[in-house]
Amino acid sequence: MTALLDASSLVLLAIGALFFAAGTIGLLRFPDVYTRLHALAKVDTLGLGCVLLGLALQADNLAQALKLLLIWPLVLAASATVGYAIARRAQQISMRPWRGDDA
Amino acid sequence: MILAFDALLALGLVWCAWRALSVRDLTHAVVQFVVFGLLLALAWARLAAPDIALAEAAIGAGLTGALLLDSLRASNAGAAPSPSGADIAVPTSNLAGAVRLAVWAAAVVVGAALLLAIATLPPPLIDLRAQVAGALGASGVSHAVTAVLLNFRGYDTLLEVVVLLLALLGLLACRGEHDPVATAADAPAEPLARALSRRATPVLTLTAVYVLWAGTTQPGGAFQAAALLAATAVLLHITRIVPAWERLGFARRLGAAAGVLLFLGIAAALLAEGALLRYPPAYAGSLILLIESGLTVSLALILAALFLCQTETQ
Repeated sequence: MTALLDASSLVLLAIGALFFAAGTIGLLRFPDVYTRLHALAKVDTLGLGCVLLGLALQADNLAQALKLLLIWPLVLAASATVGYAIARRAQQISMRPWRGDDA
Repeated sequence: MILAFDALLALGLVWCAWRALSVRDLTHAVVQFVVFGLLLALAWARLAAPDIALAEAAIGAGLTGALLLDSLRASNAGAAPSPSGADIAVPTSNLAGAVRLAVWAAAVVVGAALLLAIATLPPPLIDLRAQVAGALGASGVSHAVTAVLLNFRGYDTLLEVVVLLLALLGLLACRGEHDPVATAADAPAEPLARALSRRATPVLTLTAVYVLWAGTTQPGGAFQAAALLAATAVLLHITRIVPAWERLGFARRLGAAAGVLLFLGIAAALLAEGALLRYPPAYAGSLILLIESGLTVSLALILAALFLCQTETQ
């Protein structure tokens, strides 16, 4: 049972780390603010979700696990709001979305 | 592996500090400062000091960052916009170059001396950790940091809170001399952010009470809880749900001073015990919780007032 929990925790943490890495590369490499927000959203939703679930599996008790899992909806709400605010502001100051190198 | 992480963290801290000081765009500098604060909180966590990590993240990075951004906006609104962030005159003459070289040399010498001092530090004569652990049973709480802050060295904490109260007094005294600054309050609030801060308020308040309560047995306590409450107030203010505090009314002044008054009152009542802030062991736990609750309210009001009083909306 413990081995199974450890293994699932490890897999979840690895998947989370992968999403974090992909999101960070996206943040660094994508051409404009809108695409970068798109990359960050993956980190906040799937990356953080997997990491928290992986950590919750290793928690000492249920209360600790639930506290870890509580972080997820809070960050989801905050990051969705902030992402929307940044995109809206970018649009307000007429930042044009990237349309490929030839545009 | 963990050593590599620590090394990266240390390098990141130095790099962020350098960037925060060297970039010419002030907004960029503030953002770097906030990132620096978050990395510093991580460093405290790595040093097994979660209490300081919490305080650093909430007050050092969060509230101070918000204050800096707000000050920047207020000063930009007053002054004509400067082209491409050339706000700081960077000295370029030969003399300035020599000065810079001298400062660099002095910094390197002092840094080397500090490193040497750390390397040759003698072992401490008194093992404070053992003393705290030994006296923890009589302190009324089971978390060593809270025991030190509120019991063994309660007078330190008392004076810390007085310092914050004085900071607020200073702000109130200076504020009257200036015309109200123009704020961005005319811009409509983000509807989504408004909805979020409305829904986040009960969660944040609950978390603050939890952090206060948790302080007796694990990391947490009055300062962290107050920072959460103040952050809630700032959030409600910047989403235009709570207006700026035009003036600090009697109730708010009383609330801001209540923590210190309660602390002083308990200290005065206990003078018969023979030392400042020595609690009778039977009541120590309840007294500490009472003081911490009072401090939470006052510190939250003081920290919130530092933000909400400085921007005067007309």
